[in-house]
Amino acid sequence: MADVALEKVIKVYPNGFTAVHEFDLSIADGEFMVLVGPSGCGKTTLLRMVAGLEDITGGVLRIGGTVVNDLSPKERDIAMVFQNYALYPHMTVGENIGFALKLRKMPKAEIDRKVREAAQVLGLTEWIDRKPAQLSGGQRQRVAMGRAIVREPSVFLMDEPLSNLDAKLRVQMRAEVSRIQRGLGVATVYVTHDQTEAMTMGDRVAVIRDGYLQQCDTPQALYDHPRNMFVAAFIGSPAMNLYEGTLEQGASAVRIGSQTVALTDQVRTARPALAGYGGRSLVVGIRPEHLPAVDGQDGPELHGDVDLVEALGSEQLVHFTLDARRVLAEGAHEDDAEQLLKHGEGVARVDPRSAVKPGETARFSVDVDRMQFFDAASGEAITG
Amino acid sequence: MRTKRRMGWHRYVNLMTVATTLTVIFVVLPILWMIVSSFKGPGSINTDAVLPHPWSAANYEAAFSAQSQDPFYRYILNSLLVTVCSTALVLGIGTLAGYGLGRMPMRGKLPIMVSLLMISVFPAIAVIAPLFLILREIGWLNSYQDLILPYTAFNLPFAIWILRNYFLGIPKEMEETGRIDGASPLRTVWSIVLPQAKPGLFTAGIFTFTACWTEFLMSLSFNTTNTYKTIPVGLATVGSLYATPFGQIFAVSCVASVPIAVLVLVFRKSVVSGLTSGAVKG
Ligand SMILES: Nc1ncnc2c1ncn2[C@@H]1O[C@H](COP(=O)(O)OP(=O)(O)O)[C@@H](O)[C@H]1O
Ligand SMILES: [Mg+2]
Repeated sequence: MADVALEKVIKVYPNGFTAVHEFDLSIADGEFMVLVGPSGCGKTTLLRMVAGLEDITGGVLRIGGTVVNDLSPKERDIAMVFQNYALYPHMTVGENIGFALKLRKMPKAEIDRKVREAAQVLGLTEWIDRKPAQLSGGQRQRVAMGRAIVREPSVFLMDEPLSNLDAKLRVQMRAEVSRIQRGLGVATVYVTHDQTEAMTMGDRVAVIRDGYLQQCDTPQALYDHPRNMFVAAFIGSPAMNLYEGTLEQGASAVRIGSQTVALTDQVRTARPALAGYGGRSLVVGIRPEHLPAVDGQDGPELHGDVDLVEALGSEQLVHFTLDARRVLAEGAHEDDAEQLLKHGEGVARVDPRSAVKPGETARFSVDVDRMQFFDAASGEAITG
Repeated sequence: MRTKRRMGWHRYVNLMTVATTLTVIFVVLPILWMIVSSFKGPGSINTDAVLPHPWSAANYEAAFSAQSQDPFYRYILNSLLVTVCSTALVLGIGTLAGYGLGRMPMRGKLPIMVSLLMISVFPAIAVIAPLFLILREIGWLNSYQDLILPYTAFNLPFAIWILRNYFLGIPKEMEETGRIDGASPLRTVWSIVLPQAKPGLFTAGIFTFTACWTEFLMSLSFNTTNTYKTIPVGLATVGSLYATPFGQIFAVSCVASVPIAVLVLVFRKSVVSGLTSGAVKG
């Protein structure tokens, strides 16, 4: 078991493309670290550098305190689960799991025992003599896990291991992978492009964009205090509503389109830098759950034209339109549908009992203290 | 809509089956004729009779008897030796070369692949004269290696192409898992890559085997003594000015066809998949 540290790690591919820029990250022993970001941001590249499958162009990689830049994958004592599982089709489940041990010239009886143990943990005992082709997607995924855990490595690396499973199984396997990792207590680097997966599984989550580390923190901290607009928009579902706004002098209120939301002292003390934005435009971020339907009390409100109501039982998602400009954090939205958001569209998460109907104008009270503010030019959060 | 159900013999006779049947007859008839004739006694071999009368194994006995003027069993053994050695070499070298060309980082892969393709369509007759001179110079005429070496060289390009295409089809991650688990490159090829490239190996192997088994020109030119003659040459040069023992030729031809027939029967599935996969991926 060991910790992993990346210090200013750089990857330049032979074609001159820089996939990873001066990347700093440390993963504590036993920690479950998730790397998340849109596809093409360099997650796999990072993981493959840690594994030793890809040369490190610059910087230092340490595993357990030792610099391993020039060590072979074997010498790094890591185990990796690939997105496509890479099971050997000509070997049975048991042979697949035991292959690494066989390479180590471990006595056959001991291999057998360890393989059975791993199969037990993963619920594969029944399938141990089957070939991978005869297994379901979930079982294959388990075999890939088994191949990794049987080696008792110091670090686990997993590259989107659940992305080939259907939605329901994926949710099940999330919990199972977490359970196994906690049980073994091995430092794990887990790559995914799915922010929900990242949030539910990671002890800490590192958000990556275009080869740059954006922010690395616990899921809750990322959610509550995104460092920039990209993280704000990428983490959370439905995504944070980001609108262009103008701050009144002295940060007394913020204008969003034709509406004005008064700010509190608490906001001003929490974000002293806000005062400098008086009279200037900035980006205001409001999470859907911080826009509950008005329930009589007075306080800051936003009014929106309701386009669509999604009733989910425990809550309603209200899609509305404001006369303000919606801001898109470039690259943070997975599907093109989100890119096609209408001009001022936003989403509010409201109580299932509030009567909101499409075509009407709804009033949402604004949880001003939890509003986020970003510099319009740099996208950085405006904080202290 | 009502579909008419074909009844009686109409169900079996249509243009497709007729065409197929004609083709099969066209291809199979000479082979059948060879087999049937090999059982004809001396009296019926030159007659119009379709079937032997009576069936006789005399041709086989004569051809493979110790007194036979031409040691056919020797030719067959020679052929076996040369063919098996060449095929083994082709598969061994072809695997390593194909893996290197398919997987290893290497400069100039394209020129290498193109040259291989050009060599594989090069007419053998063009190199026979220079090769003969070289072999004579180093004293290799009338030996086994004077056939094994050129057979290996001439069959390698095709084998490398087939095998490389196979290796390209194997997900890179399988080999990477092997590397992480601590397998050496040779071990990776042996335990992970080759088992998955079996159809490719069979295809390359059978093509090489058949090509070597039936090769005529080089064998005729390089090995002139009976000790080293291979079966195709042995069959062609049999007999004397005055008599050609057709019965024995048929019998030996039948025996000589057995290894190829067996190979193709045993590995036919693999060969078909090897060819099509090469065609699609290549
Ligand atoms: N071998 C390579 N040569 C050049 N560019 C590459 C290579 N592999 C990946 N890339 C580029 O590096 C970037 C990051 O790739 P990758 O790490 O696979 O992203 P992710 O796993 O986050 O989707 C992508 O833009 C990709 O096109
Ligand atoms: Mg990837």
